[in-house]
Amino acid sequence: MLRCQQLSRTYLSGGRELTVLKDITFELEPGGFLAIVGPSGSGKTTLLGLLAGLDRPTTGRVVLDGNDLNALDENARARLRGERVGFVFQSFQLVPTLTALENVQVPLELRGERAEARAAELLERVGLAGRGHHYPAQLSGGEQQRVAVARAFANRPRILFADEPTGNLDARTGHMIVELMAELNRDLATTLVLVTHDPDLAARARRTIRLADGVIVGDSNRSESAA
Amino acid sequence: MSSLAFVLRMAWREGRAAVRRLFLLTVAVAAGVGALVSINSFTDNLRDSVTRQAQSLLGADLAFQSRRTLSPRTEALIDSLDGDVARVTNFGAMTFVPRTSGARLAQVSAVTGAYPFYGEIVTAPAPAWRELQHGQNTVIDPSLLAALSARVGDSLSIGDLRFHIIGTVTSVPGDVGIRSAFGPRVFIPGRYLQATGLLGFGARVEYEAFVRLPDPSEAQGIAAEYRPILRSDRVRVRTVSDDRARLDDALGRLGNFLGLVALVALLLGGLGVASAVHVFIRQKLETVAVLRCIGATSRQVFAIYLVQAAAMGLLGSVTGAAIGIGVQQALPLILADLLPVDVASTPSWTSVALGVGTGLWVALVFALLPLLAVRRVPPLAALRREYEPVSARRDPARWVALAGLAASVLTLAAMQAGNLRYGLAFSGSIAAAIGLLWAAAALLVLLARRRLPATVPYVWRQGIANLHRPANQTTMIVLAIGFGAFLLSTLFLVQHNLLRELSLSGDGRVRPNFVFFDVQSDQREPVEAAIRSAGVTPVPAVPIVPMRLHSMKGRTVAGIAADTLDDDTTHMPANWALRREYRSTYRDTLVGSERLLAGAWRPRRFGPADSGTAVPISIEQELAGDLGVGLGDELVWDVQGALVTSRIASIREVDWARFEPNFFVVFASGALERAPQTFVTMARIDDPALRGGLQRRIAERFPNVTSLDLTMLQAAIEQLVGRVTLAVRFMALFTLATGALVLIGAVATSRFQRVREGALLKTLGATRGQVLRIILAEYLALGVLAAAAAVALSAASGWALARFLFEVPFGFPPGGALAVTAITAGLTVAVGIWGSLEVVRRTPLDVLRAEA
Repeated sequence: MLRCQQLSRTYLSGGRELTVLKDITFELEPGGFLAIVGPSGSGKTTLLGLLAGLDRPTTGRVVLDGNDLNALDENARARLRGERVGFVFQSFQLVPTLTALENVQVPLELRGERAEARAAELLERVGLAGRGHHYPAQLSGGEQQRVAVARAFANRPRILFADEPTGNLDARTGHMIVELMAELNRDLATTLVLVTHDPDLAARARRTIRLADGVIVGDSNRSESAA
Repeated sequence: MSSLAFVLRMAWREGRAAVRRLFLLTVAVAAGVGALVSINSFTDNLRDSVTRQAQSLLGADLAFQSRRTLSPRTEALIDSLDGDVARVTNFGAMTFVPRTSGARLAQVSAVTGAYPFYGEIVTAPAPAWRELQHGQNTVIDPSLLAALSARVGDSLSIGDLRFHIIGTVTSVPGDVGIRSAFGPRVFIPGRYLQATGLLGFGARVEYEAFVRLPDPSEAQGIAAEYRPILRSDRVRVRTVSDDRARLDDALGRLGNFLGLVALVALLLGGLGVASAVHVFIRQKLETVAVLRCIGATSRQVFAIYLVQAAAMGLLGSVTGAAIGIGVQQALPLILADLLPVDVASTPSWTSVALGVGTGLWVALVFALLPLLAVRRVPPLAALRREYEPVSARRDPARWVALAGLAASVLTLAAMQAGNLRYGLAFSGSIAAAIGLLWAAAALLVLLARRRLPATVPYVWRQGIANLHRPANQTTMIVLAIGFGAFLLSTLFLVQHNLLRELSLSGDGRVRPNFVFFDVQSDQREPVEAAIRSAGVTPVPAVPIVPMRLHSMKGRTVAGIAADTLDDDTTHMPANWALRREYRSTYRDTLVGSERLLAGAWRPRRFGPADSGTAVPISIEQELAGDLGVGLGDELVWDVQGALVTSRIASIREVDWARFEPNFFVVFASGALERAPQTFVTMARIDDPALRGGLQRRIAERFPNVTSLDLTMLQAAIEQLVGRVTLAVRFMALFTLATGALVLIGAVATSRFQRVREGALLKTLGATRGQVLRIILAEYLALGVLAAAAAVALSAASGWALARFLFEVPFGFPPGGALAVTAITAGLTVAVGIWGSLEVVRRTPLDVLRAEA
């Protein structure tokens, strides 16, 4: 489902090269549930961005659902995301000028699909049936994140990326969001990749990759196979 | 005291960031102040020049002027003044150069004496003016020399005489440059005047006598004393200060008008200030809340930002004043041909100071409204980020600020327009235009709210929907673009209608473009024959019978005029109407430029059987009003000594702007056929070579007949209108620039939000093309609506200006309107896309890092 080989990413910062990720290689099977953990600045978010094709690696490559991302230009990668990838962000990232319902519709509309019925159904599923016509500013943080989850699943993604999805939420609301994602992962067989600090959330994942200073320092899969 | 120090210190520290944020405010103010300073400083220079050059404008202390030879009483007065006297006799005549066969209508001035006493007529070569009187010499306008393909040294025929061209006229005091396009100057010595044979019946001649007094300070007193007597002799007296007052008035009005256009730019700049401060304050809400948390009073916080806005406004004003002084150098170049004086471009420090003050004031007044929100930010906002200032409707300070804003606009407009009434009309129009554009924006929001059918592609639906979303920019952008487009479109419409009115073939009718004046009765046949021999059919000749009003409703004109010296003059007939020489005609039909308003047109000929009864006449409506006469009233005319009694049978409206022989009074045919008269013969000749040939042949055979090529006159008028509109457009350019700034500002306002949104949409799978199309849809809708609203508004204002100010019929050119709309919409889309390019460039990863 997701494969990355010798992935490295360096930035130029103040004239000096800064290596954020070094030699990342792993593979994730369809329907898997991976948590990427590690301290701040360990390269988690950068890795997520590379896996989802939001950025290009300095060296190495990512194969997403059979597509080598290096071979695709930005528009092609955008289309690939639109068709097979879902996103959930720490800061929700709803379009502030669109209502909840319209936010959920966006990924489908971008593909030219009529989306209202499905969007309404998804909102109902995340428990916001009555809030469809509210703007993000009129929703609480937890509600906004539930809209974001609904949006992430709108296009029936093969893989879902989540960046600290519970980071801005209180424990109870965060738990609810995690349940929601796990449920959708189960029902729709969606592969889940999430970056998190939350030990509770990491514990629910079937596999954990631990990063420190841009390299993999622990992989529950590997340690299992080693054991 | 320490509070003030705190405010100033905070304003300074905080201001380092403000310079960048409020940059737009500064530029908007600078553009407006630049326009204002340039025009006001220029007007000041102009006034100075008029004062300094007034004496040479007239060329003497006193000037007497009449359409007839000066009366014996006038001559006796001139004698008694004991000063130096010079005489100038002016008339239009055909000039003809035998060597080149060039012929052209010119304005001939026959000069006797040492005219001008003040200032000088500059000639090339320089001694030519002095040598003019030493032989049968002439100096002529260089443009005439070129038109006749002649050179200095050639012979020039005027009437029955031939003059020797000894030089060209470089400048005549008081002449505007564009004059040579209408009637190029020809000077001849006065002693040859009679011998030209051009002062015969029907010739329009102006006699002038110029006097230099032993004591110039007596001029005004003498003029005031004798003016009433001379008026009854139909002699006009002018003095240096009369001329100066008249010029000051005329140039002042030009200055006021251009100043109002500049003021529009400044007010639009004010709009830019309001929008910049509004955005600035929104970004500052957290800082404000924090300051409040740590103990600053709301008054102090308000003062901090007011000081910052004032400082940036001052910076903008000073920059603008510098720009204005630079631009001022360009204005004389644009207006030179229209001005009777040479204008030096020196900065007028009064105008600079006033401009800087006005700019600062406008910046403050417009900044005040959005700034008031600062006072309502509670400390709590530091904890809750999404906090928005509470509703402002109840805030009394807001109403005070609004009232101050309205009063400021009115005061500035009244100052710039020169009087309160125009100031009110101007402010009213601005308010109406802004109000209507506001309504258009509201309508657009309302329309955007209605869902587009799902068949419309998503990107278009999303783009249109952006127009009514929270924090949308619809109103601001519609106002900014709409106002600029409104102004330019109004100018365009006025110019279009003025020129269309002058066009010789505009309304589908083929109008004559070639006119022969002063054709004597016995020349009518041969002139028409000459036209026919050129293969052209002349329009039937129009007879012109010169006459004066003798009596009206049983009272003689002299008697009525004597009464006007009594106290109640309000109901008296206007002087001009009583005294003028009427050039009337007789015919059976109405012509295209006339419309019957009252009474009946009498097609019946006035036959011999009717002798002894009054002749039916048709009179022009404004004249009827000025004379205070109506249908059925009796008027007696003095036709070269014979009295003719007439009765008003109808009242007509006349479109004077047409190039056609138009008349105040039209007699029924049959009564004036034997009166002394001249004819105007017209023809349509499209081939310029044919026109030139015919003009030459007629000039040779009938020197007294003047011919006018209307195509050239029209070109001259187009040039004149073009000059004026160029000046207005130049000032309007500032308005456009300010409008563009406000537009850029409005786009920049939402740029941050747009960049994030664009990156997010890309993360969710949108291609660059899709993101671009969403932006395109939004700005296209904004641009098209704003432009359409502006063009519709300008149709109303253009109609009002055409109808009431220029008094020409109004026509709306759909092509031009469409072009204005398209250009405006195009510009909006271009600025919108340009301001959003970052959206396309940024990688979607930024969204993930938004919090970092």
